[in-house]
Amino acid sequence: MVQSLNYFAETPSQTAGPYVHIGLIPHQAGFDIFEQNFTNELAAAGTRGERIRIEGTVFDGAGVPIRDALVEIWQANAAGKYNHPADRQEKATDETFRGWGRAGADFNTGIWFFETIKPGAVVGRSGRGTMAPHVNLWIVARGINIGLNTRMYFADEAEANAKDPVLNLIEDESRRSTLIAQRRSATARRSIPSISICVVSARRCSWTFDPKGRCRISAAPCFALLFTIHSRPR
Amino acid sequence: MPWRAEFVMRDRTVHPPAFTPNYKTSVLRSPERPLLSLQNSLSEVTGPVFGHTELGPLDNDLLLNYAREGGSPIGERIIVHGQVLDGNGRPVPNVLVEFWQANAGGRYRHKNDNYVAPIDPNFGGCGRTTTDEAGHYSFRTVKPGPYPWRNHVNSWRPAHIHFSVFGSGFVQRLITQMYFEGDPLIPICPIVQTIPDPKAIERLIAPLDLNASVPLDTLAYRFDIVLRGSRSTLFENKLHGN
Repeated sequence: MVQSLNYFAETPSQTAGPYVHIGLIPHQAGFDIFEQNFTNELAAAGTRGERIRIEGTVFDGAGVPIRDALVEIWQANAAGKYNHPADRQEKATDETFRGWGRAGADFNTGIWFFETIKPGAVVGRSGRGTMAPHVNLWIVARGINIGLNTRMYFADEAEANAKDPVLNLIEDESRRSTLIAQRRSATARRSIPSISICVVSARRCSWTFDPKGRCRISAAPCFALLFTIHSRPR
Repeated sequence: MPWRAEFVMRDRTVHPPAFTPNYKTSVLRSPERPLLSLQNSLSEVTGPVFGHTELGPLDNDLLLNYAREGGSPIGERIIVHGQVLDGNGRPVPNVLVEFWQANAGGRYRHKNDNYVAPIDPNFGGCGRTTTDEAGHYSFRTVKPGPYPWRNHVNSWRPAHIHFSVFGSGFVQRLITQMYFEGDPLIPICPIVQTIPDPKAIERLIAPLDLNASVPLDTLAYRFDIVLRGSRSTLFENKLHGN
């Protein structure tokens, strides 16, 4: 026998289930109960930075949009500083910007979106190097037993992306692009530039962009995301 | 130094794996490729901060927060309380805890739930609170009912309350479900049984806490929640943390 280590084991995760909206975004479940609600709008009137809209769909392994997914994002402000006491970078804070939001996929289309600003670059692990501008995502839904964390990068930051320590962890270089938003031309409905990215994290899975710029997933099972980012005029 | 301490590696053996065919919906919703393992940077050790003032006075009282004037939901009145701790046993103060559940008949107030049990006009089924300086939280509600679901032809969920918890860092983010001591549906639930370790399942089952009940009024259950712990870390030959 040896001495015992008295660490506490983490509470096990369980799926958020099909009715996650009741607890986290009750309006989407069909009723209003709280005076203040947490939403998908991160940027306030005075928030500094380029306004963007991040729009996306989570696909299941059969390529079908997951219409009951809930997505949260966490990001730095335009100067590249998180609104959190552990961020001691000497950069400008922005009290109008918490940097967090949540959105439910539309029950019909599976599309979710955030109104936010493009984040600045953040210092790398242990204060070394720089991470390219990115948005952290957390995805839960019925059938997802433990929340999925991922990141989204921006195609117009090619130089920073090439040096990003996390993107460079991905051994297969061709797969790094699955985390990077590709800018595409303005959609017919919106006369604003937009970007789309696709994240696929499954084997036996391939993806292509269709003529409308939407990501199509083939081969199952897999887990995939499609983001569309619309830059919005200030 | 840009931060003080980082989180210990998540012990995946206490969690359900992503692919659990007996819970059918997981089959097409589980990553097949291995996940990329990231060490902590500022993106992982930071997370959203919530203030007490963002919540309303009845947000943690499901007996009252959707009840009509003078009304009250049907069901067993209960208090659910506990402490949010990290892996070192330290309280996690001032974090947002959210919860949602079916009513006493097992019906959710949700546009996609069409179970035959009726909606309770006095019950919304959701609430939220923040932990105090010692990591404690509590709320009042009614005990939820079990309900059937389409997995196998006769699958039933044990009575449960969903919990969503934030830590100080975004990688501590956790959603789970609390079950009730003595429920015979727990050992046969395909969602509970996605967790391979029986000891881990026990940590989701709240015991009756008679000492915390209100005599002649409300029973109580206790549910403690443990998030990933942080550690003292040698960065550039300096000990940080704690």
